[in-house]
Amino acid sequence: MLDADFFRRWMTVTAASVDREAERLTALDSPIGDADHGSNLQRGFRAVRDALDKEPPATPGAVLVQAGRLLISTVGGASGPLYGTLLRRTGKALGDAAEVDEGQLAQALRAGVDAVRQLGGAAPGDKTMIDALVPAVDALGDSFAAARDAASEGAVATTPLRARKGRASYLGERSIGHQDPGATSAALLIAALVDAEAGGE
Amino acid sequence: MKMLINVPETVVADALRGMAAAHPELAVDVENRVIVRKDAPVAGKVGLVSGGGSGHEPLHGGFVGPGMLSAACPGEVFTSPVPDQMVRAAAAVDSGAGVLFIVKNYTGDVLNFDMAAELAEDEGIQVAKVLVNDDVAVTDSLYTAGRRGTGATLFVEKIAGAAADEGQPLERVEAVARQVNENSRSFGVALSACTTPAKGSPTFDLPDGELELGIGIHGEPGRERRPMMTSGEIAEAALDAILDDLSPRSPVLVLVNGMGATPLLELYGFNAEVQRVLGERGVPVARVLVGNYVTSLDMAGASVTLCQVDEELLRLWDAPVRTAGLRWGM
Repeated sequence: MLDADFFRRWMTVTAASVDREAERLTALDSPIGDADHGSNLQRGFRAVRDALDKEPPATPGAVLVQAGRLLISTVGGASGPLYGTLLRRTGKALGDAAEVDEGQLAQALRAGVDAVRQLGGAAPGDKTMIDALVPAVDALGDSFAAARDAASEGAVATTPLRARKGRASYLGERSIGHQDPGATSAALLIAALVDAEAGGE
Repeated sequence: MKMLINVPETVVADALRGMAAAHPELAVDVENRVIVRKDAPVAGKVGLVSGGGSGHEPLHGGFVGPGMLSAACPGEVFTSPVPDQMVRAAAAVDSGAGVLFIVKNYTGDVLNFDMAAELAEDEGIQVAKVLVNDDVAVTDSLYTAGRRGTGATLFVEKIAGAAADEGQPLERVEAVARQVNENSRSFGVALSACTTPAKGSPTFDLPDGELELGIGIHGEPGRERRPMMTSGEIAEAALDAILDDLSPRSPVLVLVNGMGATPLLELYGFNAEVQRVLGERGVPVARVLVGNYVTSLDMAGASVTLCQVDEELLRLWDAPVRTAGLRWGM
């Protein structure tokens, strides 16, 4: 079973991972975006980590709802509302249970991903974070490791796609050949589940 | 790339502190990132709130003041501000007559202003929104996020600001803003990429001897790269793209806008070519504004914006304005 501390660790591990990969995310965002994806997410997840360290909420759902609200208030750009909505709606779907199982998390995360799709209007294949999240949610029923691998493969598979949403879409054909930074950061979020499960911070 | 900064993390806050020191007529909340007219809320007046990523100065903070915006919300560099800023700004300027959000059409700005509008309405503030999307370089709106908001933002903020200052009601100010946007088209070119403080190196690689046509204002590359052209050839390419999409039946306002690193000497020379081409195409010109208004950090290049105006819009354009970035008549 996954308790509130697991979800706090999930956010903490994500923050560390975003810290580590910030330069790479920003580099991916340069040729097809505006070179700030790493620094923006870093600001948001640091705020999440600090808030959860100071006063961790009591339930899994509350941890994610708080994390989502903080991302909306600190990140800006499209990533803020999109990642914020992902976590907030996943948290809401978890309800106020003190512990949830992996199946409930998979179901809740699917609700979160659906909310992101509705907000941003992106479908699979549009070269966005959805291309990592949808396969990850599909694989989450097997194991966190399977979800991590699916998200990572989904992110890599955005390279040959033409962007149809967000700022990369203005490039038309020239967005082809670049891995999507949003799909890449989404894969980091999913990969953090594995480390959080292993007890990492 | 050398920059006149302390550290990248504080560029926006540092600029706001400097702006506060230079403009005592503005209330600059550095911590919450909101710039407000000190006399706001003005009784009976519709509040005008805009915002967007930093790096486009003087847009938007430089356009806060009598005759233009009531408040502006600066985000991080090239990053939309967050809903908290917009709600705070709306609450500060609402006199009970409602607030108009002026939103440039980028995914981030649209999502954050949408969230803010909902939250502000929860607080009992009447909110209307107008989207600015004037950039004709984005042609394939079905497979993109749609036309970007660029130079026309200045026309919308100035003209709607004049309407609001006259005491026109929210629905009227909103209609004027929408009309200005619908009547406006822009096209931009870059001679160099820009450098964001966070990255410290140019956002894309534009070799000597080449230029990028159809750029946006966030250091994103444009649609097409060509060997370097003369000022006259660039004016023709820009106006071809604009006039393909807009056939002015009445005089136009012309904004010849620098992207940040192009000297005024070159901008005025470029304006001479723009006026020549407009003359050749039989487009009557009502007013011309030349300068750096909607910039993209240290990008070299320029954009052209045309706005078709009737007598009423021209009257509102000519109305007095007093802001850090634009002032006449008062």
